[in-house]
Amino acid sequence: MILDKRQKLLFEMLRIRFIEEEIAREYKNQEIRCPVHLSIGQEAIPVGISSILSLEDKIVSAHRSHAHYLAKGGCLKSLLAEIYGKETGCSKGKGGSMHLFDLNAGQVAAVPIVGSSVSIGTGVGWYLKLSKTETIVVIYFGDGATEEGSLAESLNFAKLHELPILFVCENNLYSVYSSIEKRQPEKRNILTIVEGHGIKTLNGDGNNVLEVMSLANSAKEFILTGSGPIFLNLSTYRWLEHCGPHNDDYLKYRRQGELKNWMEHCPIDDIKKKLFLPPMEVDKLVAKMMDQIRLEVDLAFAYAKQSEFPRKTELFTDVYSGFKI
Amino acid sequence: MSRQITFSEAILEATELSMLADENVIVIGLGVPDPKGIFGTTLGLLEKFGDSRVFDAPTSENALSGIILGASIMGARPIITHQRVEFALLGIEQMINQAAKWSYQTGGKMNAPLVVRLIIGRGWGQGPQHSQSLESWFAHIPGLKVVMPSNPSDAKGLLTASISDNNPVIFLEHRWLYNTVGRVPDNYYQTPIGKANVCREGDDLSIVAYSCMVPQAIYCAELLKRYGVSVEVVDLRSLRPLDEETVLKSVTKTGRLVALDVGWSRCGVAAEVIAFVVGQIFDKLKSPPLRCSLKDVPIPSSKALANLVYPSIDEIIALCQKSLGTVFAIDQKRIIKNSDVPDKSFVGPF
Repeated sequence: MILDKRQKLLFEMLRIRFIEEEIAREYKNQEIRCPVHLSIGQEAIPVGISSILSLEDKIVSAHRSHAHYLAKGGCLKSLLAEIYGKETGCSKGKGGSMHLFDLNAGQVAAVPIVGSSVSIGTGVGWYLKLSKTETIVVIYFGDGATEEGSLAESLNFAKLHELPILFVCENNLYSVYSSIEKRQPEKRNILTIVEGHGIKTLNGDGNNVLEVMSLANSAKEFILTGSGPIFLNLSTYRWLEHCGPHNDDYLKYRRQGELKNWMEHCPIDDIKKKLFLPPMEVDKLVAKMMDQIRLEVDLAFAYAKQSEFPRKTELFTDVYSGFKI
Repeated sequence: MSRQITFSEAILEATELSMLADENVIVIGLGVPDPKGIFGTTLGLLEKFGDSRVFDAPTSENALSGIILGASIMGARPIITHQRVEFALLGIEQMINQAAKWSYQTGGKMNAPLVVRLIIGRGWGQGPQHSQSLESWFAHIPGLKVVMPSNPSDAKGLLTASISDNNPVIFLEHRWLYNTVGRVPDNYYQTPIGKANVCREGDDLSIVAYSCMVPQAIYCAELLKRYGVSVEVVDLRSLRPLDEETVLKSVTKTGRLVALDVGWSRCGVAAEVIAFVVGQIFDKLKSPPLRCSLKDVPIPSSKALANLVYPSIDEIIALCQKSLGTVFAIDQKRIIKNSDVPDKSFVGPF
C-alpha cells in the first residue's frame, strides 16, 4: 500500500485505535491482568507528533502510554506480551502496561506517578544537550501533571539550561474522575504559567492531527536552533474510563452530552474528511488498511498469548544492574 | 603513597579522580560551585572540569532527583549533593519509585547509575529538621544501595565505588566526621560496597556500628581494653547490601553483640542486625543482643536536650557491661560527655 502523508496519519491512528479496542475486548477474558489506561479518542496527538520525529528523537510518557509508544514505533508484540505478563514483554513482565519502553524506537521511559515523568524527561533532555546531539525529547503528560510541583521545577530547569525539550500537555480535562474545574481555579491558565518561565507556548486542537503535526514541526525547528524548550498544550478527550476497558458515562462524572460531543469530534473522522477523496474511496482505503492492521494485530496477540510466563528465577534478577551502558 | 587528610578532603579527592577517570561523571547540587563548596567537598571542581560537568542547581529537589535519573538512564553518571538529608525528602519519590526500580522495571535493559550524597547534621543547635539520618528508610528499598563511611580512606574508596556502580547509591555522610583525619592513599582505588570492615579485633564482645558510631565504638573498645575486655568492632560500611557474613563470623567468635544505630531504634539498622544474628546463630549467643540508638524523640535544638538524644560513651559502655554480665567501675575521667560540637575547632554555625 503506497500512502501519502495524510493517509499515513490515518493509518497510524486506525492502527492504534484498533489495538486499544482489541485490548478492551480481550480484557474481559481475565488474561490481561494489569491495569490498562487506554488512549481511545486521543490518537491524533502522538501520531501527529511522532510524524515529525526522527528515530533518534526520544519520548518519555506517563501512565496512558500505549499510543505514545506505538506511534513512536515501539514494538507491538513486546507491548502486548508485557500486558499479558509474559517473559517476551518489554520488561519481561516486570513493569506491566505502565512501564512501556522500547529503546530501539527512542521510547526511553513511561512511568505512572503523575509529574514524575516530567522531570525524568527533563533529565533526558539535559543529557541530549550535554552530549551535543541534534535530537529532541518529547515529554507527554496530562492536565493533572500541570498541578504537580515537579512540572514547575522542570520548566525552570529546562529554560535555565535551554534544553531541547518539547513539553506536550494532553489536556483531556480529567484526572481520573475529577474534572479540571474541580481541580483548578477558573482563571488559571497553564500557558501563562509556562510563559512566566520564559518558555514559548503553543496551543491547539489535539484531535486535529494535521494541526498537531504542524505545531510540532514548528516547535521542533525552534528547539533545534538551541533556543530552549517549547510547551505545547493540546485539547483532547478520553472516551473510556480512566483505567480499564469500559465506557463509564453512566457514572455521570462527565457533563451530560460531553462524551457525545467529543466523539463527534473524533480525530480519525477528522482526518478522513481531509484526504481529498470521495467518501466511497475513503471507505475502501480504510477497509484495505484495516485488513493489514488486523493481520498484524492478530499475530501480535497470538504471540503474546503463546509466550511463556517468566520463570520463577526471574523474580530475583535485575534488582541490581551489573552492566555498564 | 598515603598521607593524612580529612574526611571532606577524601570526598573531594574521590570525586575529582572519578571525574578524571570517566567523562560521564557530572556533579550537581545547590551550592556545589559556591565559595564553601559543600563543606569543602566540591571545592575547585568547577575550575578543573568546567561548567558542562559541574553545576549549581535550583532549589528544586523533587525535579532534580528526576532530572539526574533521566540523565543517568541515558548514560551520564550524575552525583547530586544535598546539604542535609531533610532537603532530599522533597525528591524521595524519584529515588524510591523510580531510580530504585529502573533496572527491574525494564527487565535489566536499562539502569540508573547515580549517586545521591546526603549530609547528616548534628550539633550546634541544628534541631528537628537538620539532623536526621533516615538511613533505614533507604535501606528498606530493594534496588538502592546505601553506603555510610566512617573514616577518610573508606569515604574515598566507597565514593569512587559508588560513582562507578551501575545502580543508584545513597551515600550518607555524617557532618560529624568531616574534620576527622586519617591516612588515605593518593591514587584512585575502590572499596567494595557490601563488605564490612573488622576495624578492631577482639574476643569477648562484638560492637557492630557504622558511620559516626564507629569512632565511638572504637573509643569504647579501647576503654574496655584497660579493664581486660577484648572488643571486636565491625564497621558495616554499607547497609544495603548488608554484609551478614562478617557480622555472623564476629558474633560467632565473641558470642555477644551490641549494635549501634546512627538513627532511631524502631525498625532501624541495629534491629535488622540483631534479627539476622538471632535468626542464624542463636545457639552461639552467650547473652541477649543489645542496641543503642537515638532517643525516640525528634532532635531538639538546645544542646542541653540534644546531647541527651545521642548515644553517649557511658551508655554504650553500660550496654557492653550488661552484655558481658559484669559491672565494673570505669574511670570517669575517660568517659567523654556528649557535646554539641565534634571538636574544639568547630565554632559554628553549620
